[in-house]
Amino acid sequence: MSNQQTFLEALEERGVSRRSFMKFCAITASSLALAGTHARLFAAALASAPKPTVIWLSFQQCTGCSESILRSFGPALSVENLILNVISLDYHETLQVAAGDQAEKCRKDAMQAAHGSYVLIIDGSIPANDKEFWACIAGNSALAHLQEAVNGAGLVIALGTCAAFGGVPAALPNPSNAYGYTDLLVDTKLVVNPKMEHKNLIEVPMVPGSNPPKPVPFVNISGCPPMATVITSTIALYLTKVKDLLDGKITIDDLLKVLDRYNATTNPMGILDYLYRPKPFYGDRGDPVVHTDCPRFPHWEKQEFAKSYGDEGARQGYCLLNLGCRGPQARNSCTRLGWNTDPNDGGLFKNSPTHAGHNCLGCSEPNFWDTGFDGGRERFRQGFYSVQK
Amino acid sequence: MNKVIVDPITRIEGHLHIETDVNDLGVITGAYSSGTMFRGIEQILQDRDPREAWAFTQRICGVCTTVHAMASIRAVENALKYPIPTNARLIRNIITATQAVQDQVVHFYQLTSPDWMDVVSALKADPAQASSLQKCLSKWHNNSTAYFAKVKSTLSKFVSAGQLGIFNNAYWGHPAYKLPPELNLVLFAHYLEALEWQREVVKVHAIFCGRNPHGNYVIGGVPCAVSTDDYGNLTPGNSSLDQDGLNLIGSLIQSMNEFVTQVHLPDLLAVARFYPDWFTRGEGLGNFLSFGDFPEDDNPSWGAKPPKLAVPSGAILWPRTATGRRLPFKDFRLADVVQSIDLNDPSEIQEFVSHSWFDYQPPAGKSTGLHPYDGQTHPNYNGPTEAYAPHKPVCDGGETLYNPGVRAEYSWLKSPRWRSQPMEVGPLARIAVLYARGDANTEALVNQSLAQVNQPLSALFSTMGRLLAEGLDTKIDADMLKGWYAQLVNNIKTGEIATHNPELFDPATWPTEASGVGFTEAPRGALGHWVKIKDKKIANYQTVVPTTWNAGPRDPDGRPGAYEAALQDGKHTLAIPGQPLEILRTIHSFNPCMACAVHVIDPRKEETLRVKVQG
Repeated sequence: MSNQQTFLEALEERGVSRRSFMKFCAITASSLALAGTHARLFAAALASAPKPTVIWLSFQQCTGCSESILRSFGPALSVENLILNVISLDYHETLQVAAGDQAEKCRKDAMQAAHGSYVLIIDGSIPANDKEFWACIAGNSALAHLQEAVNGAGLVIALGTCAAFGGVPAALPNPSNAYGYTDLLVDTKLVVNPKMEHKNLIEVPMVPGSNPPKPVPFVNISGCPPMATVITSTIALYLTKVKDLLDGKITIDDLLKVLDRYNATTNPMGILDYLYRPKPFYGDRGDPVVHTDCPRFPHWEKQEFAKSYGDEGARQGYCLLNLGCRGPQARNSCTRLGWNTDPNDGGLFKNSPTHAGHNCLGCSEPNFWDTGFDGGRERFRQGFYSVQK
Repeated sequence: MNKVIVDPITRIEGHLHIETDVNDLGVITGAYSSGTMFRGIEQILQDRDPREAWAFTQRICGVCTTVHAMASIRAVENALKYPIPTNARLIRNIITATQAVQDQVVHFYQLTSPDWMDVVSALKADPAQASSLQKCLSKWHNNSTAYFAKVKSTLSKFVSAGQLGIFNNAYWGHPAYKLPPELNLVLFAHYLEALEWQREVVKVHAIFCGRNPHGNYVIGGVPCAVSTDDYGNLTPGNSSLDQDGLNLIGSLIQSMNEFVTQVHLPDLLAVARFYPDWFTRGEGLGNFLSFGDFPEDDNPSWGAKPPKLAVPSGAILWPRTATGRRLPFKDFRLADVVQSIDLNDPSEIQEFVSHSWFDYQPPAGKSTGLHPYDGQTHPNYNGPTEAYAPHKPVCDGGETLYNPGVRAEYSWLKSPRWRSQPMEVGPLARIAVLYARGDANTEALVNQSLAQVNQPLSALFSTMGRLLAEGLDTKIDADMLKGWYAQLVNNIKTGEIATHNPELFDPATWPTEASGVGFTEAPRGALGHWVKIKDKKIANYQTVVPTTWNAGPRDPDGRPGAYEAALQDGKHTLAIPGQPLEILRTIHSFNPCMACAVHVIDPRKEETLRVKVQG
């Protein structure tokens, strides 16, 4: 670790001042609902964090999640800082230079060198059972790659609705037997997708050396694709915790309390919601953040609704509920933080699907393609343009 | 004879497996291209509301986000004879061209440039000389010695810290790298600048579609409403399409033009000068197909007089002698061989499955070609069901995917053909058709840029020529953006604010049965969606996708697809067989997108309702 640059050192070399870094930390901390002392500790921990090894495996995916992270803004977590200075992105099929055998060597070397501490990011769903070989990389199945990589990970991030909940490949009739990460785990305590058949195919990975054995924590970052800010801020949070862990300030138990998946529904102090997503960005059950933060929300309160796309009402910012908007059901930060923008730039540019004029599709929620939120999977019960009564 | 297998092919979208036969001199004598991932979005679309098909098809690909949504809404509108307002046509053109400019710049810097730029060599560069070089290349503002010294220092610290991340274990120092250190440093600086630039320009999509990637679309127009007050006057903040939004789009179009003109194209020409031999290899088929795009008037696509397209459609079959040899380029003119195409003619576009993991039901069979409207696909994976090569090496008994002694099939991609010929699609096809159609601007761009690198017109048909065509295509799109933007601003200023036609949005207004085709030119090439609608639901949906044309396997006559033909042209020699840099150069020049390319269909619906889409 001695020759590794810290995050702040690397930023200062890129011309990012300590002051703008502190501003970034304050805003990120506030979006993570950390106040006062915690925000300062967060900044201190982030500044001295080493570059963690990140292994990014892509399965049944469209690369939209990678494209989303390419849209992340600075000063601290812009994509160019992210891949040069913040993380060591040791395997990523779309960005890495090495191919074929050389790429595979990168993956294997990184898994060995950072055993027990690397961040495993997965995007795309995973086909299973008789269709296991319908998604292959480098001559082996996606499922085999996943099983190999989770053993030795310090954190698993299921990125995007496909990796988290199955997503579009798992939309009915799920032609390729596609599953999200948690649906594959041999772990009966997990209930993410109640209507999805639980596959029990992936052995739950344990933190190396933990006694009694502790399962490797995981986080779902849903969305089709998820927002760049949400992805990078979740990684930043984890960086600070890894630093604390490496410095002996916290134990793995403390880390697991923060990223507690088993108690997510009963432990309100945990940072994850009932679908194992970071609460600061997804709210929690009964907390419809897309709707209430929508710039069209004041018109909902006045019961002023657009009747069709681009009509007088839509032009005046009226609510899109009667066009089939799912903002009231969708928990995400689109309307609060804004897409394709730096949340730190004072809101000069803040956009979202509903602001532009299209109804929210609810893409952060399980089974949104089949429209049965909260686990329902009745096909075509309600399309994207059906108005809820 | 050795097998050289490259999997994963990195710096592309998706999962591509390339097998080659290499002789003792290192020359590639056979090439086999396999798509190894399948999702089945077509089955998923079956029976759904045609109005929401765009949302599903857009998830075919997140790199070419927007294009599948565009083809889908156009297919449904074509089926329903659904006209859209002028502003919607202009906004769609701006969305598509912005996507092409952003995607093709990212393709050059992030996905392709490491095949030609040796990052480690940049550490030896003299920043003062790099500065002089940049000043020769263009008037781009980042040209000082201090700037390049800073980039070099960033790179140096990054390398010496020992965590190379995405640059680890690559081909640095390979003898095929020819650029001087200073040009490597300039390219690396622009690699980083392109990362910053690309996330800015997609704000155009955020304003029109709400976000990027995967913004929102709607049949009958575009979903974005012009922000007005209750008197219909332009007012700030009621939607993203207000004066601030328009101003931002204007400045981003300016930024696109500057980056393409001052960075992308000059870099491309500078690189091309050092690789003259790459103007002589990598064009295998010589056949080109463009569906065309960018309607310039409001004539509907189903009318007697269809819209004029700014980028025209056409097909070019390279003339051959009676014995099948290609005529020398000097013996014919492109203008004399370009042909018209008809997406509805069942004899033109057909897809074959003789080497794909699908079956056709009788009366069609493994060697039959089917037009998209009549297409059927029944997945029948008979490939390996345990680890195969390269995970399990061939020397340890690992199976190869191309294994004709065991099975004919080796890919999830089908083999599309035009009048039974394999075709290349993409920027080179667009430029060739524009040139053949006599577009004066294209002729000037092509001739000037080839003159700058001392190459004849025939050099366009090569690996480096394909990259050059992509650069020129990007420049043409960036130029056209200015015109559509000016028209849009003028319309809004003069009170023409309609962006959506609500007339046929309600399915109650639809006929019982309808069918239509929608097309666009995606960055990677010609894209078509064919839809059949029955009782207000999707009865049949099929897409024929650029990378399926380019990366598809052999057809029943044994003719290879574009990747395969390009690699086995007899001119690809691997300098170091364990390091497949030469393979990567030619494959990357096509800008592969595998998620787009994989077909599939509903195996349960055997008689009438057949759904097929790439997923």
